[in-house]
Amino acid sequence: MQTHQYDVVIVGAGGAGMRAALESSGSVRTAVISKLYPTRSHTGAAQGGMCAALANVEEDNWEWHTFDTVKGGDYLVDQDAAEIMAKEAIDAVLDLERMGLPFNRTPEGRIDQRRFGGHTRNHGEAAVRRSCYAADRTGHMILQTLYQQCVKQDVEFFNEFYVLDLIVDHDLAAGEVPDGETVTATGVVAYDLATGEIHVFQAKAIIFATGGAGKIFKTTSNAHTLTGDGMALALRRGVPLEDMEFFQFHPTGLAGLGILLSEAARGEGGILRNGDGERFMERYAPTIKDLAPRDIVARSMANEVREGRGAGPNKDYVLLDLTHLEPAHIDAKLPDITEFARTYLGIEPYTEPVPVYPTAHYAMGGIPTNVDAEVLRNSTDVVKGLYAAGEVACVSVHGSNRLGTNSLLDINVFGKRAGRTAAAYAATASYTDLPEDAAAAVVAQLDEMRNRPDGERVAEVRKALQETMDANAQVFRTGESLTAALDDIRALQKRYKNVSVQDKGRMFNTDLLEALELGFLLDLAEVVVIGSLNRRESRGGHFREDYPERDDANYMLHTMAYRRPAHLGADEVVEADGVGVVEGYFDHVEDFDGYKIVLGSKPVTQTRYEPMERKY
Amino acid sequence: MTATLEAPAGDEQTEVGAIPSFEVTLKIRRYSPESEHGDEAYWDEYTVLAHGTDRVLDALHKIKWEHDGSLTFRRSCAHGICGSDAVRINGRNRLACKTLLKDVNPDKPITVEPIKGLPVIKDLVVDMEPFFASYREIMPFLITTGNEPSKERLQSAEQRERFDDTTKCILCAACTSSCPVFWTDGQYFGPAAIVNAHRFIFDSRDEGATQRLEILNDKEGVWRCRTTFNCTEACPRGIEVTKAIQEVKRAMITRAF
Repeated sequence: MQTHQYDVVIVGAGGAGMRAALESSGSVRTAVISKLYPTRSHTGAAQGGMCAALANVEEDNWEWHTFDTVKGGDYLVDQDAAEIMAKEAIDAVLDLERMGLPFNRTPEGRIDQRRFGGHTRNHGEAAVRRSCYAADRTGHMILQTLYQQCVKQDVEFFNEFYVLDLIVDHDLAAGEVPDGETVTATGVVAYDLATGEIHVFQAKAIIFATGGAGKIFKTTSNAHTLTGDGMALALRRGVPLEDMEFFQFHPTGLAGLGILLSEAARGEGGILRNGDGERFMERYAPTIKDLAPRDIVARSMANEVREGRGAGPNKDYVLLDLTHLEPAHIDAKLPDITEFARTYLGIEPYTEPVPVYPTAHYAMGGIPTNVDAEVLRNSTDVVKGLYAAGEVACVSVHGSNRLGTNSLLDINVFGKRAGRTAAAYAATASYTDLPEDAAAAVVAQLDEMRNRPDGERVAEVRKALQETMDANAQVFRTGESLTAALDDIRALQKRYKNVSVQDKGRMFNTDLLEALELGFLLDLAEVVVIGSLNRRESRGGHFREDYPERDDANYMLHTMAYRRPAHLGADEVVEADGVGVVEGYFDHVEDFDGYKIVLGSKPVTQTRYEPMERKY
Repeated sequence: MTATLEAPAGDEQTEVGAIPSFEVTLKIRRYSPESEHGDEAYWDEYTVLAHGTDRVLDALHKIKWEHDGSLTFRRSCAHGICGSDAVRINGRNRLACKTLLKDVNPDKPITVEPIKGLPVIKDLVVDMEPFFASYREIMPFLITTGNEPSKERLQSAEQRERFDDTTKCILCAACTSSCPVFWTDGQYFGPAAIVNAHRFIFDSRDEGATQRLEILNDKEGVWRCRTTFNCTEACPRGIEVTKAIQEVKRAMITRAF
């Protein structure tokens, strides 16, 4: 076992993690721990762009961007945070340009901008050109550029190190800590994949930037490695997760595969058609049609298929039509995604429409933070020394549905804020002693998993989880389907206790890693489904067929899910979160083997926008 | 060890332009120093049922998930953008996630080996450190002097186009590990590092070209390239790698960039 000491430890080397590292490594000793080489992170898969009201090609301002973000999130957005993001977007884009990011350019040589779903001029009048982009590989260029800057600044990386525990001085999952009492994060325990060795990192400040959890679903645009590790580690230490029921299904995944085709395809003029060739979005969103926000488009597509108007032999997808666009235009603006269609489906987008269907894409929820990226352990108290940014976090700038491009923006704005706040804190804080046996739990867990008698395969349990989530907790949900999903997850948690790995070695044991990742996925799926069951309304990405209307009277609140010991009574926990709760709402408690998930709520911050009906 | 494996039939999938399921045999180069094989590399064969649009990565997953959990390889995004899974398939460097089984003659066993020229850690996993070390050496970041502009730097669409091709690099090492010069001399910078140097040398905003050219004017630099075009053929992103290397050579002579 090795031990290390750093002022700031960043877990995750995607966009948010590296952006944070660039802020903190200049002033305090910083280490970035990542389970992948930094350039493998899934930020690199983002395609369409990053919105900022630069107004380079037409009139725009950050207030319109704020409004679109709030409305796009179906008013569950914390408006102060959205305002910060929209304002700081402009500098975030300029920062990247100065770092060398090769944005596409206007004829005047300035950063070019294009249309994107839900981004409008003057509060919904028409689509606006706001997305700054580098062909359809904007995420790739952001990831590369941030890594290049990390090389320049000589940032210290621990690559292919897998963080398996968060060390805190009060384990909130073991019992309630009174509100107001100080809880401090003191380090992380990591597993070096190459050697199997355990490393303990003591830190004054820890930033979680581990990304999303798309692998709880079968059909997803997410990487195999997006297993919600950071969210699950926080949850297991009693840090709540916020709004996990809100998962975004991106409308245009390659049918049957889930591989993402950017919304930029529609921003550049692509049209969605059903099996009859009809441009069906005209019926669902008459003003901005194919450029409506993702939740609306995904639902409309699923509805077309459900009502028998799908395309293909089984009528189980719709078509993304680019055939009216000039091939040269497609090549210049959408080269990667058209190649995906050719490579994976053998479809030539110049002449044939591309089969598409919604794919699980983005977790709006995550570890709750304030606008300085400090992690909250309830509605008000922060965990000292713990920060989160990017998809793992919930600020909440995305509310119940994220607008396209706002994730690349989120990682840059809040990644930077996280790095800055963590560095400032670490500059004055002192180290907190770690327990003697800081790594004991992880060592025991790894040994136990490695030495289990032969049992079921990890992949079987994972597949069953992904299938029940796709069948029961996807675009359309009901109380019945969610109950079925929860029953399945309970049964799978039991089966998980008996899965075994075949690879018993220490070196590069990815078999063992997948087993651990499955544990994270199961824990997160639980929270997603419980939150969905409790939210008996439809809002943004969460659509309950049995409760199809938005219910502001009872549900204009963030969900907070706490993992607490089984013996604790419901009234002993999360009392402080009852602000604004109507009796009978946000009081769901679900018992599991050895722990319970207790729901609470957190008020939504409203500044200038009153909730309105959401029409496009 | 040879295992013949049956996959459950009738696995449903939404298939577009469906091609019938077929059996495919993968012959995989393995190396597992902790196992009874010790330091000797060996071959394993697996036969699995594949679906029409399955990729080599799907077959590797099927083997790992259903038959032999110890088979080890890197992967992440599974659609050709993260650069994790460059391997040698039937003797050619490719991304496992971008190579459809039906396109590599599945009638015969498909051989899968680790990419060459980098130390093998386990099975298909190689040590990428030497590769990234070369990358870091060419100063892969924008170098400028003077004050930062208060807005963006201007760049015409034509200037932007000049280095567009080399910005596509995903650092998968398919090019570098296909290069015969790199195989015999691991000190050679290799195509990927030169591609990334090109990306900055021809960026109108950059002022570090002279320094980079100096670095690449080394005996292990661009002059070692023998224009075999393996790198161009190997690049899963379609970058004209050899051309980029030639442009760097030319820039070194003419000092025009």
